[in-house]
Amino acid sequence: MITLEHYLAVAAVLFTIGIFGIFVNRKNVIIILMSIELMLLAVNINFVAFSTHLNDLVGQIFTLFVLTVAAAEAAIGLAILVCFFRNRGTIAVEDVNVMKG
Amino acid sequence: MGITAIAFYLFAFTAITSGFLVVLARNPVHSVLWLILTFFSAAGLFVLMGAEYVAMLLAIVYVGAVAVLFLFVVMMLDVDFVELKSGISKYMPLGLLIGAVLLMELGLVFGHWNFAEDAQNLRAAVAPNMAETHNTLALGKLIYTDYIYMFQASGMILLVAMIGAIVLTLRHRKDVKRQVIADQILRDPKDAMELKDVKSGQGL
Repeated sequence: MITLEHYLAVAAVLFTIGIFGIFVNRKNVIIILMSIELMLLAVNINFVAFSTHLNDLVGQIFTLFVLTVAAAEAAIGLAILVCFFRNRGTIAVEDVNVMKG
Repeated sequence: MGITAIAFYLFAFTAITSGFLVVLARNPVHSVLWLILTFFSAAGLFVLMGAEYVAMLLAIVYVGAVAVLFLFVVMMLDVDFVELKSGISKYMPLGLLIGAVLLMELGLVFGHWNFAEDAQNLRAAVAPNMAETHNTLALGKLIYTDYIYMFQASGMILLVAMIGAIVLTLRHRKDVKRQVIADQILRDPKDAMELKDVKSGQGL
């Protein structure tokens, strides 16, 4: 019998993989963006698991909004990346200091 | 073990394995392909949970749009990816440590949690009996009534993101000739040509 906890465990592992990916791929910003997508996917799995378990549709509607924001974030992030690559000729984000922040 | 359990373990294992390969693959193109597999397995999990609409959304929006966008950018940028991978062994211990700590914390929460006492009464939109209707219909009825303003706001977010992405990546190249339609329309025949009466047998 597959319970709610099974789905939560999968989501927890996927979220951890996302965090791990951000720390391991410090230079490659494309993989960092993909890790963020993985984390959002884990959150979505949590939302849908609770939604179907409690028979409450709001969780699935919120998933829709998370999906929207994830798509917008990916588009803007990749646009900034293309811009950055055009100016610097690299995507190594470890030594980004254009803004002297 | 029923067919549901087998399907669950299959999808869960595929999702986790391909998730790992997303962050560890040498070639970013392979990373994107593993990401697509992760999304598909997650969509399978959603179908198992009974959320078909979100599963289809995941397949269409994530695989069809976001992952393909990633694929385009990865293939378009001419980057030395081997050089970018060089630091991976340096950060591996730190990443593993933080991952282990986070997983342990989540496991602690996992071991000791329960629903709120009146969780059944706190539900905002109780799903109708799925034998009579289906997931997409129930969600649609809710999105277009109670959540219409949020739905429109998410559309605005997408519009703003689209405009932002276009503004960021559009560039006007100075070294190409462009058609200026206003100039073409404003051109007057009097300045443009001159009629000459050429006598026969003579040049100009």
